[in-house]
Amino acid sequence: MTSRERQADGGAKSEKRPRSRTRARRQAVEAEGVLVTGACGRLGLQLVRRLHRIEKVISIDRRPGTLLPADVVHHDIDIRRRKSRDIFRTSGVRAVVHLGIMHDPRRSSAERHSWNVEVFSSILQYIRTYRIPKLVLMSTAAVYGPHPDNPQFITEDTTLMGGARDPELRDLIEVDMAAQSYFWRNPQCETVILRPTHIVGTVRNGVMEYARIKRPLLAMGFDPMVQLVHELDLVTAIERALAPGVSGIFNVAGPGQLPLTRVVEDLDRSPLRLPSRVLRTVIGLSSQLRAVGLRQAQVDYLMYPCMVDTSRSRRKLGLAGMHDIDACILEARHCIAEEP
Amino acid sequence: MPRLSRSSHDATVIDLPFPRATIDRLRRTLAPDFERRAQVIREHYDAQGGDPFGFDFDFAEYVLLVTGIAYRSYFRVEMKGLENVPSGAGLLVANHSGQLPIDGVMIGTGLILDAPEPRLVRSMYDKWASGLPWVSVFLSRVGQVVGRPENSDLLLDNGELLLVFPEGMKGIQKTFQKAYQLDEFGLGFMRLALAHGCPIVPVSVVGAEEQYPAVWDFKYLARKLGIPHAPVPLQALLPFIGPLPLPSKYRITIGEPMMFEGDPDDEDQIIGEKVWVVRHTIQRMLEKGLASRRHVFW
Repeated sequence: MTSRERQADGGAKSEKRPRSRTRARRQAVEAEGVLVTGACGRLGLQLVRRLHRIEKVISIDRRPGTLLPADVVHHDIDIRRRKSRDIFRTSGVRAVVHLGIMHDPRRSSAERHSWNVEVFSSILQYIRTYRIPKLVLMSTAAVYGPHPDNPQFITEDTTLMGGARDPELRDLIEVDMAAQSYFWRNPQCETVILRPTHIVGTVRNGVMEYARIKRPLLAMGFDPMVQLVHELDLVTAIERALAPGVSGIFNVAGPGQLPLTRVVEDLDRSPLRLPSRVLRTVIGLSSQLRAVGLRQAQVDYLMYPCMVDTSRSRRKLGLAGMHDIDACILEARHCIAEEP
Repeated sequence: MPRLSRSSHDATVIDLPFPRATIDRLRRTLAPDFERRAQVIREHYDAQGGDPFGFDFDFAEYVLLVTGIAYRSYFRVEMKGLENVPSGAGLLVANHSGQLPIDGVMIGTGLILDAPEPRLVRSMYDKWASGLPWVSVFLSRVGQVVGRPENSDLLLDNGELLLVFPEGMKGIQKTFQKAYQLDEFGLGFMRLALAHGCPIVPVSVVGAEEQYPAVWDFKYLARKLGIPHAPVPLQALLPFIGPLPLPSKYRITIGEPMMFEGDPDDEDQIIGEKVWVVRHTIQRMLEKGLASRRHVFW
């Protein structure tokens, strides 16, 4: 346990010490639910379906919560609106899980940046104001960025260089850095930052978009090693992160790694290999025409490794028995086959 | 539950335009128990769920057949002291020479083909090479790793055998006048060995200096290119002898493992004293090897 985590533990204990009996009673009654932002997304639904069986779940999302379980209290509003403050104030929130990060490459970068940064700063403000003792942020391993000279397994302490070649990632790095800053400044709040690698399953993200392409593009002369993580394992990681006493930054990835070409073969795809410069041009043009859900800078993932060291999450979150990379590939194949 | 084809016993085999019988014959020529040696290495990495750095024996085997021919027939390598190779983590520290890192290739080939218990030798390559198409894939498939401290830590934690040339580029680019005179050693390998408590195994390579004898250091070009030396090998001045290295006979000696104790973060002077011991040992081994050889080419 690091000095910061000990400090955070101590801080959390002192926070639980109320000033008066009345307040203690009120906290005991009210501090019982987990607030999930972005709960109507595919990963959010999986999380909420697991959490609602064991505790009260409050959802905030701009999308309608028709698929949410009946006992989940859903608020169909924009977190940036003033009304959301009341939800944090009155709902009795013991922890906030922030999944409501916009990744959609079809949205303008200004809109994404505004949403991601403003929403998160609002959440931090509410957590500080209403002394919510736990925050779990779903960041991404993409914040490290794929680089030719990356260590084979990047640890949590590595500098976030993802924005150096991919300007679209800067808002995610800003959110991650803001959470880290909050982690240091507010030891009374247990802050957990999860940085999962490529998530596979029912989610709609870059890697699943890539897996759906009939002839996925590969960069000639490059074959980086890749890791995958199953969405259910990520839900388990969030669940473990919600336990009292857990704080810190954790990389999350399933066991095993494979060269990208093997993953494409196992997905039963016949790849199209292009020189990296041509590939960048093709993806750049297709991206501008909104023909693919990939960005030009994501070509780097087809060339350089960005694998994470998961020893800390295995040790502290107790993540064992996760889906290995073969199981993840089978899951991706299964999800793609089930789509209409 | 469906299984991936890769998981079955019918592993994908690279198809080369040679009859299988020819390749099998070549395997047996290189080592009568080639299959057993290949199996030992495969099983080692299969037990770990594959190599995290991308080593692929199905690919490396074909490279081994080529380097094996050079090892047995071209350089006719004579390896001594193979029993000194540790079974667990260790650092092989060798002199570096010959303009191209053929010495490293020969050490690696010898440890697979001739060692009582075959071992894959891992070495580190410069970061710039990892951005080159084909080169980076080739290097990782044959078991080489990008030169990062995190990577060397991981390799030693996994019980791998690391080959280190502490002279670096300065050593390999020596001109022929300085043949077999060791250049300054870097200190990094000693800090690594102290941090992991693993043995240092000194290795001397005699014969590599003569493969591309550099007769002149083109200092002006070196300055312009921003590199320490720009050696001009004999083959460049006498093009009729061809671009291939001269078929000098390699004599590789693996010394007894050396254990050091101390703080890996000690000052350079303290680490330097330990490094001097290793350097001195290798220099003595080189001198002994040179004294015992009858001729450069046989």
